[in-house]
Amino acid sequence: MVKINGEHVNAAGQSVSQYLASTACNPIRIVIELNGEILPREKYDTTVLADGDQLEIISFMGGG
Amino acid sequence: MNNDKLIIGGHEFHSRFILGSGKYSLKLIEAAVKDAGAEIITLAVRRANTQEKENILDYIPKGVTLLPNTSGARTAEEAVRIARLARALGCGDFVKIEIMRDSKYLLPDNQETIRATEILAKEGFVVMPYMYPDLNAARDLVNAGAATIMPLASPIGSNKGLATRDFIQILIDEIDLPIIVDAGIGKPSQACEAMEMGAAAIMANTALATAGDLPMMSSAFRQAIEAGRKAYLAGLGRVLTRGASASDPLTGFLRD
Repeated sequence: MVKINGEHVNAAGQSVSQYLASTACNPIRIVIELNGEILPREKYDTTVLADGDQLEIISFMGGG
Repeated sequence: MNNDKLIIGGHEFHSRFILGSGKYSLKLIEAAVKDAGAEIITLAVRRANTQEKENILDYIPKGVTLLPNTSGARTAEEAVRIARLARALGCGDFVKIEIMRDSKYLLPDNQETIRATEILAKEGFVVMPYMYPDLNAARDLVNAGAATIMPLASPIGSNKGLATRDFIQILIDEIDLPIIVDAGIGKPSQACEAMEMGAAAIMANTALATAGDLPMMSSAFRQAIEAGRKAYLAGLGRVLTRGASASDPLTGFLRD
């Protein structure tokens, strides 16, 4: 299981790009943090999620 | 007046109104940009809703400078993490530091804010710290590399106006950076007063978001901020400590 935005998701074995394609996210509107490190966009295709990974998908919201 | 620019971190702005997008609605952003003339809009950084395609960035007109904030941060480290994520979203180097340990009054933690400012300024961010108006803390923020200082007028969202007036005046008089009054400004007259005092800009959200007629209130804020700025540049007339001073001629009376 991969912990994505605080929830356990059965996404191990998928690349970050593949996982994102299963969501409604527009990849240019988000930033990804994998296990506490920012993941550059060019690595979305080649980074494969593994059991125990923690993924944060972050975007701008109204605030301030 | 046309050459009167607000310069923050080397960027020039003509408007002295900053919109806090807050509980944003398209209507608020539209009114703030069109009717209040906002050129800077703050945003929060949060977990994305992965079921939602819509994004606030789709509603912000081009040419508006985005000012991500670090709201939600309780320590300098958390603020630094949020600032780096914001920059990775690819919308520039501006960041408004907001660090709060207190969730009842939402007061900023000046000490943690100074630490975060130092780290982020070294990383090349244009750092705009939100702070409780304290001269010593403001001086530390200057030394830490802040681009502006953003003291609160009264508690966030309260619309109570310039409760910290005298302390903001001290910052304006003593600190050689733009002082942007943030939080608590509830009506145009308060924005105007802060500008007359020499504030460089006003940031507001709730005052517009909770107003009866959003576009009309946005335009009222624009006029108040412009009027206050003009009055400051013109130099206010003096105030007598006592007595009166005639403004009519003291000769040629119709008697004797």
